[in-house]
Amino acid sequence: MTAPAGPDVTAVFDPALPWQKARSVALRPEPFGALVYHFGNRKLSFLKSRTLVAVVEALADHPSAEATLVACGVPETQRPAYVKALADLARSQMIEERTSVPPTTRTLAAGPCTEAV
Amino acid sequence: MTAVLPSRPQRPTGGRLVDQFEYGLDAPICLTWELTYACNLACVHCLSSSGRRDPRELSTAEAEAVIDELQRMQVFYVNVGGGEPTVRPDFWHLLDYAIGHDVGVKFSTNGVKLDKTRAAQLAATDYVDVQISLDGATAEVNDRVRGTGSFATATRALENLAEAGMKDFKVSVVVTRENAGQLDEFKALTDRYGAQLRITRLRPSGRGADVWDELHPTQAQQRELYSWLLANGEQVLTGDSFFHLSAFGEALPGLNLCGAGRVVCLIDPVGDVYACPFAIHENFLAGNVRDEGGFQRVWQQSELFADLRSPQTGGACTKCAHFDACRGGCMAAKFFTGLPLDGPDPECVQGYGETALAARDAATVKPKSHLDHSHTGPVRGQPTLLGIPAIPSKICDESPLAGLDLR
Repeated sequence: MTAPAGPDVTAVFDPALPWQKARSVALRPEPFGALVYHFGNRKLSFLKSRTLVAVVEALADHPSAEATLVACGVPETQRPAYVKALADLARSQMIEERTSVPPTTRTLAAGPCTEAV
Repeated sequence: MTAVLPSRPQRPTGGRLVDQFEYGLDAPICLTWELTYACNLACVHCLSSSGRRDPRELSTAEAEAVIDELQRMQVFYVNVGGGEPTVRPDFWHLLDYAIGHDVGVKFSTNGVKLDKTRAAQLAATDYVDVQISLDGATAEVNDRVRGTGSFATATRALENLAEAGMKDFKVSVVVTRENAGQLDEFKALTDRYGAQLRITRLRPSGRGADVWDELHPTQAQQRELYSWLLANGEQVLTGDSFFHLSAFGEALPGLNLCGAGRVVCLIDPVGDVYACPFAIHENFLAGNVRDEGGFQRVWQQSELFADLRSPQTGGACTKCAHFDACRGGCMAAKFFTGLPLDGPDPECVQGYGETALAARDAATVKPKSHLDHSHTGPVRGQPTLLGIPAIPSKICDESPLAGLDLR
């Protein structure tokens, strides 16, 4: 998560767009974060912090990945690392671009990161 | 007076995943489930000493209950084996049941039941992975350990799967002294069927203990295997089973850690839960899925697994410069060769294993599993490695002396 970003890591990931946890992906909470499993390509990945878990869960509730990071209270200095982590998840198809209408107009139920706004 | 509870080290926050894994997970990542001890073969190195069905085997309903539990625990896939799992009459039902409950299945088979119809069925099923076991790239090498005709059975199954359009099926090889020189041939054979090669380490578990001295790769072969894995590692699966080779220098891809009771475990055919598939021994038995609280309770609360979920802090290996690379190697390999668990792996690539094996007390009794489901009588096509004559697969299709080792 803190490793320097490679040259084209962010190629498939635009944090200004709306994202969501991929529909065929399940998160399993673990003491250190979560295990991520993609039922389609059977790939396994790990989220190494609980904040990152909250971010991934909350992506679908915010108009962009950037907005999600803000909503989840990720400090500005750490945001590049989170963008890098999300880019990695996008590349391995664990998160996907959301094409449905952003939920800006509907009231959010209490859930991850709705209180940190 | 207050009772003093033994204190266990606390899980750190953050850090490397491998360090986190040493403290265990809420549910296994990689669970092996052996559905039956019954097997049509009698491979000389069978890690579970399989052959005969155990009458206490989990029933269909009990197996379904285990699947329900795995779904609740979000165990996303299981490695199903045996014995030969497909000889269970309810195998295909349990396969569908698991997939229908978000538990993907990867099963290992010798191919005996994979005819064209089954191959087509598998090709049409999502979330199922098939591994065909083959321990020689030629019939000659394979059949010596797996039995006469087993190469033909396996390759027929591979043909059927390829023909049915099955994707991503695997050829699963246990690396031995006799096939270690065939890695490129295995790769070529696998490519020919459009399959993927998976190679794993021979453990001195089950009947493997009887042939380990004879079959485990030499130091020179281990070195070649390591180089081969570095060159081909990305295309070849290993189940992370060669992590002890990382002490040659460069870490191999995957989890370089003994996952026993931490991220892996075994459910055996009668529901007993062991720390790992290679550790079928009372010392590593954590509980049974039939007990109150089921598998979840065994995984999350057994004393044994709690003990395994801490980093190794003592023992000869922790002082070695390569400890961070191999973490002392495979627990089962040490245990069944009579070595201390906090000492070197018997195949330690720095040579400490050989020294430790040589230094074993003459009185050392190698631990033996309390279970043995080996066939008691002769088996059709029995392996010839042990010098026992094979039973011809058809009467009169071999000379009366065929298979007899007259040396």
